[in-house]
Parts: sequence; C-alpha cells; structure tokens
Amino acid sequence: MTQQLTSRPLRFFGEGISYMKQTESKGSLIVIEGPDGSGRSSQIDLITSYLEAAGHAVVTTGLKRSELIGAGILEAKHKLPLGKKTLALFYAADFADQLEHKIIPALHAGYVVLADRYIYTLMARSTVRGIGRVWSHNLFGFAVTPDMVFYLDVPPEELFHRVFQKYGSLDYYESGADLGLSDNLYESFVLYQRRIAREFTMMEAKYGIVRVDGGRTISEVNADLQQRIDVYLKSRS
Amino acid sequence: MQGWSGWADRGMKRSAGNSVGRARGRLIVVEGIDGSGKSTQLHLLDKWLRSLGLNVFFTEWNSSDVVKEITSKGKKKALLTPTTFSLLHATDFADRYERNISPLLEADYFVLADRYIYTAYARDVVRGCTPSWVRKIYSFAKVPDATFYFRLPPEVAMDRILEGRPKLKYYEAGMDLNLSNDEYESYRIFQSKIVEQYDGMIKRDGFAVIDATLDIEEQQSQMRQHVRRFLPARFATVMPEPNGDSTK
Repeated sequence: MTQQLTSRPLRFFGEGISYMKQTESKGSLIVIEGPDGSGRSSQIDLITSYLEAAGHAVVTTGLKRSELIGAGILEAKHKLPLGKKTLALFYAADFADQLEHKIIPALHAGYVVLADRYIYTLMARSTVRGIGRVWSHNLFGFAVTPDMVFYLDVPPEELFHRVFQKYGSLDYYESGADLGLSDNLYESFVLYQRRIAREFTMMEAKYGIVRVDGGRTISEVNADLQQRIDVYLKSRS
Repeated sequence: MQGWSGWADRGMKRSAGNSVGRARGRLIVVEGIDGSGKSTQLHLLDKWLRSLGLNVFFTEWNSSDVVKEITSKGKKKALLTPTTFSLLHATDFADRYERNISPLLEADYFVLADRYIYTAYARDVVRGCTPSWVRKIYSFAKVPDATFYFRLPPEVAMDRILEGRPKLKYYEAGMDLNLSNDEYESYRIFQSKIVEQYDGMIKRDGFAVIDATLDIEEQQSQMRQHVRRFLPARFATVMPEPNGDSTK
C-alpha cells in the first residue's frame, strides 16, 4: 500500500470504552455473519487472499477464540448447563477480550479486520432464548460498529445437509437442543435456524446488515462479496 | 432441558425493571469495602435466622464454581481490562443469580448476599467503565429488600486488613489502575474511590447505613432490628427486643 491511510474516530454501539487510549481507526472492520455451514470460513479465506494480494494487511477474528476465556466456555458447557444470561455474559466477556486485545489494536494500526461472526450472532442467540433485545443491545454498548456487515443467508434445510456432510453430527447449541423445540434433532435444527434467521431479518435495518444469498456456489458468493468490499474500500481511500 | 429453561425463565420475569413477582423470599445484602466487617455481620445474621428455623441461603461475590477457574486464570495473567473484568464478574453473578438466588427467592428463602450489584457499580466505575453501562447490565437483578452499607473510613479499613494479611493481591490493591507503584498507597487510593462511589449510592439505591466503627454487637443489633420486619408473623412475640433487651 502506497497511499496514506486516513484516520477516523472509532464508532461504538453505545457508551464505548471510556478508558481506552486508542480511539482512532485507520483500518476497516468487515463482518461476515451466518450460521454454521453457510460458507463463512471459505469466504473469509478467499477475501483474505484477495485483499492481501491487493496489498492490504488483514487480520481475521472470530467468536470463541480469545486466549483468556475461549477454552473455559467449552469446559463450562460440558460440565453443567448454564443459564441464558450467564451464557450471554460469558460470550460478551470473550468478545470484549478479543475486541480490546486484537480488533481495536489492529484497526488502530490500519489492518482490514475480517470478523468470522460478531455480536449479531450473540444477540440473535440470546433473543431466541428469551433475552430482551434491549438488554443485549445495551450489553454491547462497548462494541465497535463495523464498517460492513454481511449475512450469508442459506435455507435451514440446506444448512442441515451441509453441516451433516461436514461434521457427521449436529452441534448441541447450534441445533437449539437446549430449547426443547422438538425431540427430533432435524426438526429442532430447522426450527432453531429459522428463528435465528428471522432475528437477523429483524436486525437488518437497525444495524445495516447486508443480506447475501449464500445458497449459490462459493465463487458466486465470493464475487458478490468482493465487489461490495471493493466499492467500500475505494470509497475510503 | 425442560427444567433448565423453566427456572431461567422465572428468573427473568422478576427482573428489577418489570418486577411483579409474587415471591415471598427476602433478599438481604451487605456492601462495604474490605475490612468493614460486613461478612462478620452477615454471618451473625445468618446464624440468627437459621436459629429461628427459617430457610436461609448464603451467597458470596465472585464465587461461582463455573466462572471461578476462568476468572482467576485471567487475573493471574493480569490480562483483564476493565470491561472484561466487569463482564466476568457479571457472568459470575448471573450464574449465581440464575442458579440460586432467583429460584430460592421464589421458594421463600432468605437469601443473604455478601456483596451484590452495588459492588460492581462501585468497582467497575472506579476502573473506568461507564456507570450507565454497568447498571444496564445488571438490570435483570432484583432490587434487595434491604441493603446494609457498612461505612468505614478507608484508613481504618486499611489498618484492619493489613493487620491480618500483609500481602495484597494485584486487583484487590487496584494495581491495574496505575494509581501508585506502591501497592499499599494504591490500595488506599483505590478504597477511597470505592467509598466515594458507595456514598453516592446511599440515597439513590436506598442503603441502610451502618457505622462500621461501632461495636460488633451494636451493629448486629441494628441489623436485626431492621430485618425483623421481614420475619413471618409467628415470630412477632418471641422476637428479641431491639438492643438486646429480650427480657420483657
């Protein structure tokens, strides 16, 4: 990159982080949302290669990856079921750790940060479990507002086949098994994913989430995403 | 699974914001800085209520088994930011709230809490979190029936603490705030700031203030006098009179 990166103040969902010293972003935060099996990681790999080839420094981040808390979340899940507020706060702590130690420093330094899921997934999961939207929104008052958010939309029936082919089984929480929607795991999965998808529809306008048809081939989806990201990055320089 | 979502649901309906709960349990909270003697006082209250044959549950700040391991791991590494520190304590609180506090209040228990949401309001704000954010996070927690604030000048508390336990822990001393390189000086400043926060809550959150420089027995007597009103009617006559005068 030869051009000088322009600095702008970080934008937050709510109160922000008042004690923070790095308040400027020279980079871009681009979020890919979507359920398991929607092709998020394939797309992130492709976008990363493309952006790096174009000379951008790229960092990827995702949920459940923080060194501080990540492992603990999995342990806790296995030991005994956690209440829904407890789980929501746990994920928020994990997210905050990554935000402050990874995402914000990278933005400050001028990286393009590709986020494999962000707070929207956390909020949707909470809402379908009965937690109020306002509480979830307020909880993430410290989160940085992304520059772009995509949602890879894939019908639940199609997702089921993709997930089953890849892993040979369904994830307990991703199937909504804790909600007792159905004794039949397939039915539970479809009902749960439908609720999550509906929640994303609810959030679209409020948070500027761009819905992308994830039912197409990987390269078709990628061309679509890439084109939108290019337009955005050009507008920034 | 059914049971799990069941009790979590009830806990949510009785949140502070829209509480119409018909729970008859009572929530009694003690707050105050380290060394204020609040734990001793709550212990004595616990003994008393149990001696009357009442159902009592005691819960302590930052004590959830599920969260403890992860929190202390982070604390050791001194990697916590004010936000993650706040959220981990909120996770701990939520676990105890959803698992114990909320269902037991529903079941008519006296729930005694050694520190409650006000500890978070004080500590997190001193660490730099936005007050309105912290309050919103804990908005699901029931407002206590009584909150006793054991008020003590930080210097006195400091003397008490240092007498028994000279080694201060990193976060306890507020070393993450860079108040001073000397941990005792840092501790003193940190505790003074906590007291400032507590003092600001007295009116807003309806604290019953107890002068923590008084004799232990006198403080306990004041506390019991206050708690009497929550006892079932059958205890009206057998109750010890205030100030220990139980002979009449």
